[in-house]
Amino acid sequence: MFRNQYDNDISTWSPQGRLHQIEYALEAVKQGSAAVGIRSNTHVVILALKRSSGELAAHQQKLFRIDNHMGIAIAGLVSDARVLSNFMRTECMKSKMLYDRPLPGSRLVSMIGDKAQINTQNYGRRPYGVGLLVGSYDEETGPHLYECLPNANCLEYVAVSIGAKSQSAKTYLEKFAKEFPEADEDALIMHGLHALRETLQQEKELNLNNAAIGIVGKDKDWELIEGDRLKAYLDRLEAGGGASTTAAGDAPAEGASTEDNAMETD
Amino acid sequence: MDHFPTNWGNPRNEDGESYNTYPMASNKVPQGVQQIAGYGHASGHPTTHTQSPVVTGTSVLGLKFKDGVLMAADNLASYGSLARFRDVERLHKVSDFTVIGASGDISDFQYVKHLLDAQMIKEYNADDGHSLATPHVFEYLWRIMYNRRSKMNPLWNTFVLGGVHKGENFLGAIDLKGTPYQSPSIATGFGSHLATPMLRKALDNAGGSENLTREEAEKLLVECMKVCWLRDARSSFKYQIAAITSQGVSISEPHDLRPLTYWEHGRDVRGYGA
Repeated sequence: MFRNQYDNDISTWSPQGRLHQIEYALEAVKQGSAAVGIRSNTHVVILALKRSSGELAAHQQKLFRIDNHMGIAIAGLVSDARVLSNFMRTECMKSKMLYDRPLPGSRLVSMIGDKAQINTQNYGRRPYGVGLLVGSYDEETGPHLYECLPNANCLEYVAVSIGAKSQSAKTYLEKFAKEFPEADEDALIMHGLHALRETLQQEKELNLNNAAIGIVGKDKDWELIEGDRLKAYLDRLEAGGGASTTAAGDAPAEGASTEDNAMETD
Repeated sequence: MDHFPTNWGNPRNEDGESYNTYPMASNKVPQGVQQIAGYGHASGHPTTHTQSPVVTGTSVLGLKFKDGVLMAADNLASYGSLARFRDVERLHKVSDFTVIGASGDISDFQYVKHLLDAQMIKEYNADDGHSLATPHVFEYLWRIMYNRRSKMNPLWNTFVLGGVHKGENFLGAIDLKGTPYQSPSIATGFGSHLATPMLRKALDNAGGSENLTREEAEKLLVECMKVCWLRDARSSFKYQIAAITSQGVSISEPHDLRPLTYWEHGRDVRGYGA
């Protein structure tokens, strides 16, 4: 029933110095469908792969608007994510009410870190089973991208991915990381779609139903890209449309992606 | 009904209480709490709220000019009509680019100073490149004031907040009912009668605060402070001026208004007991 004698509860150390329940929670994140985030000097784009539980079921929501200046993508237990997004929205409203100021993303992320940490240290609790990508923009410090995990790690990235097969997306992101800072909105989204495509299972494709894109940035409130606009981006992706500033730069990416898929064992 | 006027307004006596309304309904102080402002009371006494200020400061003046905001207030805290404390600073630096000035109850001002300082320390400790700017402090102050008036226990002040944020000059006031107000010129208390017309006239003549130099604005404020001293019986000749510009905040040492006024008329007056 148990994998070993040290994973009965959250607050028991294994002799190797690990907390197994926390590591199981991290596994829950890996079972969720992938989410990708990329940051430029002006914008953050967050993308996610939506799943549906069957032919007749709708696709599960993966992106949530927190405030005008912030949105998140989730991977893992959606019900836990809803609790957290509710908390985030409430904190943002409190900041608006009390100070007439959008809550800085860094503050909110460290608040989530504090909440998640409590769940890792107290007997009888369980860690959140969800990982978050948080994209936020503020006037003082510009765009930010954070990853929040059940082990209460909250880290900032220029580009990151979480969820199933996210390592493939990371490989893509690392390859093109140098281009992200100067990329415009379109290029950022195309890079995101390329990365997200890496996480697909064999013979699956990105389409209007399973792709979700959200963007926030300078002079741009959080916005989901849906319908015709999403279709335009997907068409570009299908046509081999380059995210890279140089058309040639995109070709090796495609080549690399097939290799990655071959190596992928997840 | 108690027909003895000497008992009116005092806590009712248990022995002589014919309607058995003693002890009166009251807010219990939560357990483990010593005392919260506006909450709880001495045992057996009804909850009471501030119904008038005690130690008070008079007018605060504020004026926008081309490169920032000027504020002025005298250094007197009156106890009724008694000039009780003559070296009280009523202009307080909240942050690098924000100053608060207070008229009304001085102890309430001290409490609000404490709240704002605590808030700014919190921001500083976050150490993340964010801090509350003047409009944010203004909103916070507004929430505090409105919240207290909603508890029927207002902080008995009119606050003036001046600052600079993102190249914009900010000047606003909030009163004890939580009414926020922003204007290129602001004067609280008796100064609203004495100084407002002078300030507005000068702004009109200049064609707006953006045409006012710091020297002109400062001269105008000193003139207003002089009129306030001469005509407001709760004012003092000792005053300070605060300037908030993109360079930051500077609050002056106390200045003296007396050299600017002329009292030699009295030397030649005969009669009236002289």
